Amino acid sequence: MMRLASTARATLAAFLLAAFAFVLIGPLANLALWSVAERWYTPYKLPVVYGTRYWEQVFRPTGDAMASLGTSVWIAVLTVIVALALSIPAGYALARLKLPARAFFMILFLLPQAFPSVAIYINVARIFYQLGINGTVFAVVLVHAAHGLVYSVWIAAAAFGAVDRDLELAARNIGASPLKAFFSVTLPLAAPGIIASGIFVFLESLDEFTGTFFVGVPQVTTLPLLLYNAAMGGNYQVASITALILLVPSVLFMLFIERFLRADVLAKVGA
Amino acid sequence: MQVETQPKTGSGAAISVRGLEVAYSGTRVLHGIDLDFAPGSFTALLGSSGCGKTTLLRSLSGFVPVEAGSIVVGGKDIAGLPPEKRGMAMVFQSYALWPHMTVLQNIGYGLKLRGKSKAEIAARVAEVLSFLGLSGYEERKVTALSGGQRQRVALGRALAIDPGILLLDEPLSNLDAKIRMTMRHEIRAIQQRLGLTAVHVTHDREEAMTMADRLVIMQAGHIAQVGTPEEVYDRPASAFVANFMGAENVLPLSVERGEGQAAIAAGQARATLAGEAAAALPNGEALAYFRDDVASLDAHDAVAAGGDLVVPGTIAARAYPGGIYRYKVEAAGRQITVDDAGRHELGTKVGLRIPLQRLHIFPATEAGIAA
Repeated sequence: MMRLASTARATLAAFLLAAFAFVLIGPLANLALWSVAERWYTPYKLPVVYGTRYWEQVFRPTGDAMASLGTSVWIAVLTVIVALALSIPAGYALARLKLPARAFFMILFLLPQAFPSVAIYINVARIFYQLGINGTVFAVVLVHAAHGLVYSVWIAAAAFGAVDRDLELAARNIGASPLKAFFSVTLPLAAPGIIASGIFVFLESLDEFTGTFFVGVPQVTTLPLLLYNAAMGGNYQVASITALILLVPSVLFMLFIERFLRADVLAKVGA
Repeated sequence: MQVETQPKTGSGAAISVRGLEVAYSGTRVLHGIDLDFAPGSFTALLGSSGCGKTTLLRSLSGFVPVEAGSIVVGGKDIAGLPPEKRGMAMVFQSYALWPHMTVLQNIGYGLKLRGKSKAEIAARVAEVLSFLGLSGYEERKVTALSGGQRQRVALGRALAIDPGILLLDEPLSNLDAKIRMTMRHEIRAIQQRLGLTAVHVTHDREEAMTMADRLVIMQAGHIAQVGTPEEVYDRPASAFVANFMGAENVLPLSVERGEGQAAIAAGQARATLAGEAAAALPNGEALAYFRDDVASLDAHDAVAAGGDLVVPGTIAARAYPGGIYRYKVEAAGRQITVDDAGRHELGTKVGLRIPLQRLHIFPATEAGIAA
């Protein structure tokens, strides 16, 4: 009886694991296959001709892909700078000061995520158009930063919250000004969390489509926009390769989180 | 600037606290504290949790905003100054060492802030470390140290800046018993050698008694008594202090004061007290507080004599903590703890012989809270 139950459980676990692997790896395998398929049409279950022609096309220095990768990275870097410049002071304030409206501020940063993004971005695009900044990198950075702030502020608040108050007071006690104590004690101790939030914002920006589409097109072409254009044009090879390129930083980020971020910081996110 | 090769002696500063009031979000924690700390003295703030002793220390260090009152150090009121301008160094209960810094960086931090050169810092840190018996630990990570070593580094960080005032916030409570004993003597010896004014917060009575020149017993945001360990132990000013200092047995008495003497009754038992001791007694209903070693067991029909009260009772419980037996005796409607060398069976009728001289007697109305 016991043996039967355990066999059933093992079978179920194996089944679930296989289903999970299929869901996770299936699309990736499909992407990989498409990226090396030079010819692939309907009756065939697998590509007819394999080759790296499209990889060469994407990585050609004069190609659209490299240019939009450059634009994407540049926008992501600027977005991280803007988001951290706001989220470090905001996160510290939310973690340390007993603000009466603390919950209100936490929700405020969540708001951009709470409504359908298309509706928001259409209005943002209209306002940016009136301001004459539509179609600029600056406009795209603003949109990406607003989107990324919820993560960076919440994670920064958690990272600062995990730094023991006494560590800061000890620095003050021994003669450090509030600013000096912040930069020599609090910030270095919160750094892993802050860096993680920066990477997260970077990835979000790299990946962002809707906002870029509304405020950036046609002057600003990021990698996701290129992917969209390629896919719409039926060029699945370029779309797949672009998607695979976008995947690399995400995997690196997961490894970083796993390696450096302490569980007590993660536990405080949003608290 | 020259590096001091020898720690300064007699560098302690005087602190004068007047009418200090502190409140946390509307709840008053300190109700007008007046207290003076002499230069080079070692004062222990003692009390149960929530009595305000830690708040008093933290308001001295500037971590807690003061509502009213003054803290005068060196002729200057520092009550409104931020922590970094107060010239006090604190040792935290949690040690509060910076985990991203080495021992050298931790101890040298205060010196670096004061613009000392690398060589000066290294020399001073080496000096402090040798002083604390941690020579050669400069490059260790503080996370790799044992509890006792962390405690010493935390002390070293405070001492490195030559503070006039050393604040100790339960610095020994996270150490195990054996190291705690050693550190008590070490901290006391260092304080004496450097002549620092030390303020030590603790809830451990023995720790306070063995380390400090002077105890300040605190109760609900007020000072209950200030005195040397002997004064506070032998002549508690209130029932609360007596109880807190270990006089945990309570015996209800009724006192009738006459000419030059007083008649004392506890249940059926009676005794008289004459002279100075009698004059100090409150008239009427009273409560007597005394320690476990005060009463002794006698025959239940023993004759009261020489200012002793003999209260009849029954042995209700017995324990053997080692060396002597500890009994719970039902007498005068109370349970009294008595130490005795002999072994007696439960239920034995005994007489509790209680020398009146060693009782701390307070009027029942005033003592009621602590009983």
